Amino acid sequence: MIRNYLKVALKVLARRKFFTFISLFGICITLVVLMVVTAILDNALAPHSPETRSDRTLGVYALKMRGPENVQKSEPGYGFLDRYARPLAALPGVERFSIASTSQTAVSFLGGKRIESGLRRTDGEFWQILDFQFLEGGPFTAEAERNAQFVAVINETTRQRFFGGKPALGRTIEVDGQRFRVVGVVRDVPDLRFSSFSDIWVPISTAKSASYKDKWMDSFQALILARGPADLPAIKSEFQARLREAEGHLPDPKNFKTLTGGADTLFEGIVRSNVEELPPGAVRAVMFLLMLLFMLLPTLNLVNINLSRILDRASEIGVRKAFGASSRALVGQFVVENLVLTLIGAVAGLVLASLVLEALNASGLIPYAQLALNFRIFLYGLAMALFFGVLSAVYPAWRMSKLHPVQALRGRSV
Amino acid sequence: MISLQQVSKKYRTERVETTALDNINLEVGKGEFISIMGPSGCGKSTLLNLMGLLDEPSSGKVAIGGKAIDRYGDRDLARLRNERIGFIFQQFHLVSDLSVVDNVEIPLLYRKMSNKERRRMALAALDRVGLSSRTRHFPTQLSGGQQQRVAIARAIVGNPGVLLADEPTGNLDSQMGDEIMGILEDLNQKEEATIIMVTHDPRMAEKTHRVVRLFDGRQVQ
Repeated sequence: MIRNYLKVALKVLARRKFFTFISLFGICITLVVLMVVTAILDNALAPHSPETRSDRTLGVYALKMRGPENVQKSEPGYGFLDRYARPLAALPGVERFSIASTSQTAVSFLGGKRIESGLRRTDGEFWQILDFQFLEGGPFTAEAERNAQFVAVINETTRQRFFGGKPALGRTIEVDGQRFRVVGVVRDVPDLRFSSFSDIWVPISTAKSASYKDKWMDSFQALILARGPADLPAIKSEFQARLREAEGHLPDPKNFKTLTGGADTLFEGIVRSNVEELPPGAVRAVMFLLMLLFMLLPTLNLVNINLSRILDRASEIGVRKAFGASSRALVGQFVVENLVLTLIGAVAGLVLASLVLEALNASGLIPYAQLALNFRIFLYGLAMALFFGVLSAVYPAWRMSKLHPVQALRGRSV
Repeated sequence: MISLQQVSKKYRTERVETTALDNINLEVGKGEFISIMGPSGCGKSTLLNLMGLLDEPSSGKVAIGGKAIDRYGDRDLARLRNERIGFIFQQFHLVSDLSVVDNVEIPLLYRKMSNKERRRMALAALDRVGLSSRTRHFPTQLSGGQQQRVAIARAIVGNPGVLLADEPTGNLDSQMGDEIMGILEDLNQKEEATIIMVTHDPRMAEKTHRVVRLFDGRQVQ
């Protein structure tokens, strides 16, 4: 029976080429957009090197000071993190604690040519929390940071730029007027990895001025590695207590009265940095609703197309009813046909999505992006496409199955 | 085999009520070959549709094999049509997207059987109507007479016992019409198929056992 349904399905699709194209286009584009978006989210949020321990890592990525007339929002400063976040390291559930700057643009000149790189200043613990893949050498130590040694870890793109891809260990680079000895080379980290991305990593203590040590709002972040995911709530709660304590010592109490922030997961950190007023749960719900809405559009398109196909096939429906097809069997046939269409669209979507991701990687639009099709995501997408494929078939199929056989045999759809 | 008792069929719209069939009483015995005649619009096809369980009477009773079907639901009616009745239409109503043999298999799709057995029965039915050499063709590649043979093969493939033919020769020239009539007579004589045929053609009607004549929805003979 299924074989017969498949034959008819393929023939019908081939016969009505324009409608088939419109349907496939809708399904295909929907899946491509979903898969590209999820690939980007996956690249930014899922546990990939160097953030392989993201399930038990929290970060303090953003702070907001608010007063009656003033609001200041930015990444936290070293001074604040050192005083109010570092005590978290003493909690029994915390394995490691690190403070590092965000990646800032730094300038070098090579043969008279200006080169811009991302420069991140870190402590030694940073390398213990994150899991960088070293191509040469290794990270600098906590001792090197304490002693303000001018050492650097660079990524492979920087090695290519400065040394033409040749071994860089022990060689020197000059960045923002400071000279650093290369002690390690790591694989490129995608720009989307905002807690680890950079081109060059050097010790915090090599900063040109010590003024960073006092600032509450600047461009630093703290990373907290918990012993296990179960320890995260206690750490978050303790950080909120530290925030309340810090509120009593705000640097400008006249203008600012409250301090908000959090020890966040990567996703929570992105939400807090961009849409702070919404709790992460609500953001997830909004994203899910948007995705549903996005998938609903091709579904409605399919419903419409499927309804118009009934007119074409009234005679066939009449014949099948006359020869013993129950309404249920006809619904089954139509759903199978729609699933065939959806599956063809899904395969086309898979191919197109991988081409789009390849093009995105090659374009450099997202620096060092390593976007790839995640088959887990594809399976989710496929499951959703099938679900909506079935959904878009059920109403037209029901209408089809309710056709009166005598009317249907006369070629009338109503 | 088929029994109609005081069967009437009325079509109602908001403004008018049209009586298509009025108080029809008809008994068709096993192995009978009857023809239904009458002018256009007299209710011949409506009568055939009622006997084929494609439509329901407004009043009266229809029974198949001694069982009244007035309380049958969609699935039961579908099963009964599948097992007991084969249809042959004037317009053939073959599915153009399917090959000849796939078309013939349609009634068997709604029965539990293996693909192999289904294919064997379809090929046997095609052989029965002399179309063994056209099994892979598509309906549009066949002549009108050949298409009607395919339709007959589809009607008999499940050994339904009753064939309902709505002007089966109406779209064919006289030679092809005779060929189709020959097949129907053969099925009636050799396989004791009960055949009820609507026709306008007195020459065809003469070949059947009995003629039922309708006029304005009433049975006049």
